[in-house]
Order: sequence, then structure tokens, then C-alpha cells
Amino acid sequence: MYKFNYQRPNSVEDALALYKTSDDPKFVAGGMTLLPTMKLRLAQPSDLIDLSCVADLSGITETDDTITIGAGVLHADVAASKEVDRRIPALSNLAESIGDPQVRNRGTIGGSIANNDPAADYPAGVLGLNATVVTDRREIMADDFFTDMFETALLPDEVVVSVRFPVPKRAAYVKFPNPASRYAIVGVMVAECDSGIRVAVTGAGPCVYRFTEMEEALNKEFSPQVTGEIACEPDGLNEDIHASAEYRAHLVGVMVRRAVAAAN
Amino acid sequence: MRMKVQLSVNGRNIEGEFEPRTLLVDLLRDELRLTGTHVGCDTSQCGACVVHVNGRSVKSCTILVAQTQGSQVQTIEGLADGEKLHPLQAAFKEEHGLQCGFCTPGMIMSSVDLLNRNPDPSEKEIRDWLEGNLCRCTGYHNIVKAVQTAAKNMRN
Repeated sequence: MYKFNYQRPNSVEDALALYKTSDDPKFVAGGMTLLPTMKLRLAQPSDLIDLSCVADLSGITETDDTITIGAGVLHADVAASKEVDRRIPALSNLAESIGDPQVRNRGTIGGSIANNDPAADYPAGVLGLNATVVTDRREIMADDFFTDMFETALLPDEVVVSVRFPVPKRAAYVKFPNPASRYAIVGVMVAECDSGIRVAVTGAGPCVYRFTEMEEALNKEFSPQVTGEIACEPDGLNEDIHASAEYRAHLVGVMVRRAVAAAN
Repeated sequence: MRMKVQLSVNGRNIEGEFEPRTLLVDLLRDELRLTGTHVGCDTSQCGACVVHVNGRSVKSCTILVAQTQGSQVQTIEGLADGEKLHPLQAAFKEEHGLQCGFCTPGMIMSSVDLLNRNPDPSEKEIRDWLEGNLCRCTGYHNIVKAVQTAAKNMRN
């Protein structure tokens, strides 16, 4: 790793103030992506501003129709949360499927969505469940949040405070993991929300996306059979040593079908 | 710029000034000479470097000493009670849960975390839990058996 300065503020205000006075800072939460990236010398921040002691980013709260997860909540704590499991079991399963136990003991939901890895699980959860990302200065709908590969609507100094999930009528997350990294080769969140069916796909393309043709078909009839009638095209999908675009396209269809069957 | 960090390692108070880029595993191995914690891949995949920070298993190659300020760290050296092995250490020995032994400290630290949360895990739960610990010798069967044996012994 290149040298850097390290700061650990206790409040969002202090974190923002430190950001302003540093040359080329980066926020870090669990560091499960950032630290390996820095070890490879692919990132060289002048300052790491550690958000793990910011109390405002912690905790899971529940209302009649929402679950709000603090940005600093660990994957392991989302997976173990009785509230999340009772209200949105699909989200608790998603958290349990991330990486391995040690990654889940460090990684956070805020860090995952701010990083927006094309193969990360949480982006599919946030987009599929129509969540709202709450930052230090505004609220961003999931549809507007994930903009491109490793790109989000966040401004450079903007801090995710929490993510608010409306409780869906039913939902399921199914993924085909890379057996080594456990990242999604393809992961699909299917949810029935107030606005109708949502299908969010991660791992397949450069950025998580909604599969709108599939949503329309499932809105007419929510059954695994219907999913086979919608073509999954390989155009624009990712291609790497793990899977071709054609294979990923095929997996999208299979994962949607399985998710619909699991949600039914 | 070096920074002051205070933490506890196997119950021993450690205070020092560290470069912010110092990894926990480097403090443990290079400065404290606790070389039971191994570095396998150094890319947070293999799990040979698993230790506990505040009771949770983490990969010590992917956490900064700075991030452990005020924490309680436990390594494989902190498990045994004097000459008496921890039930997981004893079970790995008993069930031949190792061949070369490189992955073993991480396997055991990871399994301790599992049994603390779930004293009676199924075989599937053990295999799922050990997803982040790679062994290139044993084929995992005896490792799983060792965890089952330890779980039974710890319950009795």
C-alpha cells in the first residue's frame, strides 16, 4: 500500500469537515473492497476517513411499512437481524449470501452500495426492493442511485447514512455465485412492491439493472412459467473468464425463474 | 505520519505508534512474533490469517491496526489454556483435520466463531461457514469432522 493518513471521526459533520481539508481523501467503512484495492496499488488516497465510529450510521429500525438499515450495519448483522428476517426475509438471505463470514463481519451495506461493484449483491437488493438511499443531505431513489459501473449518484463528499426499504408483499433473491469469490455471476432480486413487480439483476451487466420486459410479464401473471417466455439477450452483458455473455444471459432467465418460484 | 494505537492481543495490552498502512497481521507476526497467524493469499480469500476482533472472526490481512483501536484481538496463540488445548485444537488433532497445517490456525479461529454463535451446527452449516477458509490438502472432510467433534465435546 502507498502511504496515507488515517482519521476516525465520530460524527458525519466531522467526517465532512475532514474530507474538505484533505487532498484526495476516501471514506472507508469495512474496507472489504477498498483495502484490497489499495494493497494492489490501484487506489492511492491521501487520507482514509473511517466511518465505522459514526454513531448515526448504525442500527436497524422498523416502522409499519419500512425497514431502515444504517449505512454502517455489517452484513452479518443484517443477516442475523430478527426484524429483517421477519419483514424482508429476501434481504436477510441476500446478506447471508455475501462473500464469507469474515467478509460479512466487516463489510457494510453503505460501503457496498457506494462502491457499486457490478457483481455485488446489495445493489440488486436496493434496486429490486425499491429502497431509498438516505445521505447526509438528501434522499435518492434506488432507480436514480446506481448510474454505471462503480458509479453512483453520490457526490464525492456525500455520505450514505441509511437505506430505507419498503416492506414488499413478497420477494426473493437468488444468485449463481462465483464459487471462489462468492460474487454474483448473476444475482436476481424479484419483489412485489406497491408499484408492482420489480426484477433487479446484478452480475450480468456493467451495472445493476431492472429487467423491465420481465417485470411486465410478471405483472400479468406471477409464475415461474411466464419467465421462460421472455428472451434474455446477451447484448451488452459482461464477459470474462468466469462466464460468457451468452451464459450470463441464460443464467438471468434461470435466476429469475428460481426467484419467482421462491417468492411465490 | 505515525499514529498512536492501543489494543489488547490475547489479553496483553499493546500500545504503540504505527504507520496507518500497517495491517493487523503484520503487527501480529512481525512485531509481536505471533506467527501462528499465517498469510496465505494476502488478498482476503484464503482465510489463513483469521483472528478475532471483539469476538468476531475477521481476516487480519484486510484490516488496519488503526481500525482496531481499543479492540480485543484474539489469535490462535490465545486459545489454549496453558498446556490444555482448546476443544477445537484437540479435535483437529484427534480427527486428523490437517495435513500440512498451513490453513489450520485460520480454520480453527473461524470455527471457534461458528461454535460461539451456533453450538450445534449441521454439516451443511459447517461447510457454509468455512467458505472463507481454503485448505489444499485435506479435502475438508476431516476438518468438518473435527468441528463436529469439538461441537459435541463443548456441549457435553
